Amino acid sequence: MSIQYLGLKDVNGPLIALEGVKGAAYDEIATIRLDDGTERTGRVVQMEGDKVILQVFEGTNGISLKNTKTIFSGRPLEMPLAPEMLGRVFNGAGKPIDGLGPVFPEKTADVNGQALNPVARQYPRNYIHTGISSIDALMTLIRGQKLPIFSGSGLSHNKLAVQIVKQARISDERGSNDFAVVFAAMGVQNDVADYFRRSFEENGAIERVAMFLNLSSDPIIERLLTPLCALTTAEYLAYEKNMHILVIMTDMTSYAEALREFSSSKGEIPGRKGYPGYLYSNLASLYERAGVVEGSIGSVTQIPILTMPNDDITHPIPDLTAYITEGQIVFDRELEQKGIYPALSVLLSLSRLMKDGIGEGYTRADHSAVANQLFAAYAKVQDARSLASVIGEDELSETDRSYMRFGRLFEENFLDQGFDENRSMDETLDLGWDLLCSLPKSELDRIDDKLLDEKYDPERAARFLS
Amino acid sequence: MNTIHAINGPVVRVAGTKDFSMLEMVYVGSRRLIGEVIGVSDDCTTIQVYENTAGLKIGEPVEPSGAPVCAALGPGIISNIFDGIERPLRDMTKISVAFVAEGSAIPSLDEQREFDVTVTAKPGDRLSGGDIYCTCPETPLITHKCMIPPAMSGEVAWAAPDGKYRVNDVIIKLRLDNGEEKELTMVQRWGIKTPRPVKKRLPISRPLITGQRIIDTILPIAKGGTAAIPGGFGTGKTMTQHQLAKWCDADIIVYIGCGERGNEMTQVLEEFSELIDPKSNRPLTDRTVLIANTSNMPVAAREASIYTGITLAEYYRDMGYHIAIMADSTSRWAEALREISGRLEEMPAEEGFPAYLPSRLSEFYERAGYCETLNGREGSVTIIGAVSPQGSDFSEPVTQNTKRFVRCFWALDKSLAYARHYPAIDWNSSYSEYIDDLSEYYNENCGAEFLRLRQEITAILAEENKLMEIVKLIGADVLPDDQKLVIETARAVRVGFLQQNAYHKDDTYVPLEKQKLMMRAIVELYHHALDAIKHGVPISSVIKLGFFDRVSKIKFEIPNDKLSMFDDYFRELDEAFGELTSLG
Repeated sequence: MSIQYLGLKDVNGPLIALEGVKGAAYDEIATIRLDDGTERTGRVVQMEGDKVILQVFEGTNGISLKNTKTIFSGRPLEMPLAPEMLGRVFNGAGKPIDGLGPVFPEKTADVNGQALNPVARQYPRNYIHTGISSIDALMTLIRGQKLPIFSGSGLSHNKLAVQIVKQARISDERGSNDFAVVFAAMGVQNDVADYFRRSFEENGAIERVAMFLNLSSDPIIERLLTPLCALTTAEYLAYEKNMHILVIMTDMTSYAEALREFSSSKGEIPGRKGYPGYLYSNLASLYERAGVVEGSIGSVTQIPILTMPNDDITHPIPDLTAYITEGQIVFDRELEQKGIYPALSVLLSLSRLMKDGIGEGYTRADHSAVANQLFAAYAKVQDARSLASVIGEDELSETDRSYMRFGRLFEENFLDQGFDENRSMDETLDLGWDLLCSLPKSELDRIDDKLLDEKYDPERAARFLS
Repeated sequence: MNTIHAINGPVVRVAGTKDFSMLEMVYVGSRRLIGEVIGVSDDCTTIQVYENTAGLKIGEPVEPSGAPVCAALGPGIISNIFDGIERPLRDMTKISVAFVAEGSAIPSLDEQREFDVTVTAKPGDRLSGGDIYCTCPETPLITHKCMIPPAMSGEVAWAAPDGKYRVNDVIIKLRLDNGEEKELTMVQRWGIKTPRPVKKRLPISRPLITGQRIIDTILPIAKGGTAAIPGGFGTGKTMTQHQLAKWCDADIIVYIGCGERGNEMTQVLEEFSELIDPKSNRPLTDRTVLIANTSNMPVAAREASIYTGITLAEYYRDMGYHIAIMADSTSRWAEALREISGRLEEMPAEEGFPAYLPSRLSEFYERAGYCETLNGREGSVTIIGAVSPQGSDFSEPVTQNTKRFVRCFWALDKSLAYARHYPAIDWNSSYSEYIDDLSEYYNENCGAEFLRLRQEITAILAEENKLMEIVKLIGADVLPDDQKLVIETARAVRVGFLQQNAYHKDDTYVPLEKQKLMMRAIVELYHHALDAIKHGVPISSVIKLGFFDRVSKIKFEIPNDKLSMFDDYFRELDEAFGELTSLG
C-alpha cells in the first residue's frame, strides 16, 4: 500500500513542492491525482529533508495547493518498448496518440540511458546513403555519427529532413528491413508536425518510422522528455533488435529554450544568454547516445535539426552543439533565395567522420579526391566572387572567370536537386567530375596526376556549357 | 551515522555533522557512490558525487573514508584507459558490458598481472621520500620505478628477492624513524589535488620537439612549459593535440579527454595502438595513458579528470621521465566547475563562472615544470591545454584567464581552417615566451643560423600582414616589385612551410634539421630574388624561374631521410639567379 500525500506546499511554473515526504528517491516518478480524476506525472528534481520538488510533465494548469494526491512510484521514468513501435505515433512522453491503443511492451527501460563506455564503442566507418549529392559527396553521413543540421527560420530544413527519411539507405545491402527511423519533434507547430506525418504516410516511409510529437503548445517538461523517449526507443531497436536507426530530432532550439525555462523556474544561476550552465552537459547526454557498440550489429545515428536564432552560428545552441557533434550541415539563406534546394553552405559544413568512411571499400576510390577538389574549387569561387564585386566581372582574369562559371554550374547542377531526386553515389561523384572538367586542368591541384589523366576530359562539361 | 539530507543533481548535503573534512573522499548511499567533500559548515556538509545520483534517497548513509580522493600509483598505468577518477574502463566492460559502471568495486590497477621486479633496496639501506626501492618493465618502453612515498623515511628491514610480483605484494619493509615498521607494496596512493613535492624547480632550457614546423620554429614550447590551444569548433584543436601526442619527444603522454566526444576517444584508442613510434618501433600506446571522461559521463568526475591526469604525470616525472599532458578540453572542465558552483548557489562572476575560476586554472598550470626530483633525477611535466571558447570569442573568461597562466598561446583561426590551412595556428595572434629560454639550446644543437632564419621568416610574415592592409584597399598591382616579392615569399612561407599535412608520410613529422633547411631554402630564395630585383630584373621573370612553386612543394619532394637533396636545390638556385642577374 503506497502512501498518498495530500495537497502541496508550493506551485511555481512547472514545479510543485511537497512537504513531509519520506523515502522518495532522487529522479523517481510520481503520479499526481487531481480531484477531478485526471492524472499527471511528475519527476523528483530536488530534495531537502522532507521537502521534495517535482516537475510536472503535463504542466501545472488547474493544480491548487489542496486538490492533489501524490503517489511515488519508486522507479525512474521508464517507457515500454516493443518492435511494433515502428509505424506508430506517440506524444513527447512516449504515450501513443494515433488511436491504435497501447504498445504491448516486450520490456521497459529507463529513459535516461547510461553513458557508453568509450572502450566499448566501435569507431564508425560505414556510410548512410541519403541520395542528396551535397551530403553524400561532401559531408558524408556515417553510421553511428551525430551530424546536426543548422538552419534558420523559414529555410527548407523540414523538407530536407523528409527527403532524408524517404531516401536514406544503409550502404551494405542486407535489405532495408534493418533500417528504421525514429523521429522526434520538439516544440514544432501543429501544421509542421502534420506535414511530417502526412509526408511519411504519402511516401510509405511511415512503416519504418516511430514518431514522437511534442507540439509548440504542449508542456515544456514533456518537450524535455521527447528526445529521451526517442533515443531510448532507438537504442532498444539498435542494440537489441540489431537495426540501424536514424534519429531525427527537430527543433533542438525549442528543446534548449524549454530547458532554459525550466532552469529559471527552478531559480538556477544562468550562464551565457540565460541558458543554464549545464546546457553543454545536457545536450551531450543526448548527442552522445549516438554510436556503434562493439559486438552489436545495430547503430544509432543522429541528425538533430536546429534553427539558429537570427542565423547566428555563434549563438550558444549551435555553438555548443557543434562542439559535441561530429560536424555540421549548415543552411545558407543566400542560396535559398537563389532558389537552390537544398541550400547547403558547402564551406561551413563538415563531416568529421567522413575521412575514415569513404573511399575504396566504402564508397568509391576517387571519392576523397573529388570531394577535396570540389571544396578547394568552391573556396576559390568565393575569392573570385568577392574580387568581382570590387573590380567587376569583366576585369577578372581568365582563370577567375572559369571559377565564376564553375560556381554557378556547381550550385545549379550539383547542390540543387529535386525533392524526389534520389542520386546514387556513382551519379553524384560522376557529376562532380563533370563539373570539375569545366575548369582548366592545371587548376585541379588536389587530385593526383594519374587519376586526373584518367578522368579529365573537357568534353564532360560540355552539356552544361551549351 | 551520517545520512543524506538534501539532493540536487550531483550535489548532496549532510546535515548537522562534524565528521567530514574538506576534499575528503566519501561513500554516498547504499550503492556506495564515490563523492568528495567540497564544503563544510557547522550545520551542513556539501558533497559532490562523481556518479549519477538518480535513485538516491534522503536518509541513505554517507560514510567518510578518512582520506582525500586519491589516485593509485603503480605499474599498470601506462597503456591503460581510465575514467576521471582512475577507474579502468577496459576492466569495466567485463562487468557492465557497454556502459559505465557505478561504485568503487573495480581496482584501478590490474591486481592479477605479474611484473618482473628487480628489487634495488637491500636490508640496512636508509631510504627517504622519492628513493627507488624496486623497478620493473611496465611496457617495452617504460621502466617503472617504485619510490618511497614523499615525507616517509627509514631503514630497510627486509627486502623481497627479485622475481615476479603482483602490485599488492609486499616488496620491502621499512622501519620508520619512529620505530614503526611499514610494509611497502608496488602501489602508493596520492591525493589528486595536492601537487607531488620535488627537490627544486630547474630553469626551463630544452624544447619539446614536436616535428610540427610552426610550433618548433615559430612558436616553440619548452619541456616543463605550458601552452594553450584555443579555437572554435572545426578549427582542429583535437587534430593538433593528436599530432602532438603522436610525435612529440616526451617519454610519456597523458591524454585527458575531458568532456569531449566518445567517438574521438575510440579513435585515439584505435589509432595509437596501430601507429608505430619511429624512434622506438613500438606502438604509441606503450607510452600513452588515456583518461576519458566524455561529455555524457558525470560532470563532477569531469572536474576530477584533470587532477587525476596531472597526478599520474607527476608520479612518472618523479621517476625521471619527461611527460606531456594533452588536456582536451579545459573549457569543459571550467564548465564542470561552473555547473557545480551553480548547484551550490555560489555568487557567480563573469558568464556564470565562479569567481575562483582563475585560481583553479593557475593551480593546474603551475603543476607543470622542469624539476629536480626528490631522488635527484631530472624530469618534467609539460601541459598543453585545449580551450573551446564559446562562439569562437577569445574574450570569454576561460580563454582570457588561461592566457594569464600559460606562456605559449597557439590561437587557432577559423578563416585559416575554412581555407583548409592546417595546422590553423594564426601566426599573428599567437605567441611563445619560451624563445629566449630556448635560444641556447637551438644555437648549440641547430647552429646559430637557426634563430636568424626564424627571425627572417617571422619578419617576412609581419611585413606581409602590414602590406595586406594596403592590398585589400587598392589591389596588389600597384605595389612596387620589392613589396610584391615580400607577398610572394610570404605565400611560399605559408603554403610551403607553415601548412603541414598530417596525413602525408614525410610531412606529418619533420625533424629540426629539415625544418632549418626548409627555412633556408625560402630565405635564400628571397635574398637572391631581392638582389635580382635591385638589379632591375622584373618580378615576373623572377617568378618564372619556378623556384617559388618548387619551394612550396619541397616538403613533399625531399624525404626526411634524404636531406642531401637540398644541396641540389641550393646549387640550382645559385645558378639560375646568377644567370638571371648577369642577363639583367
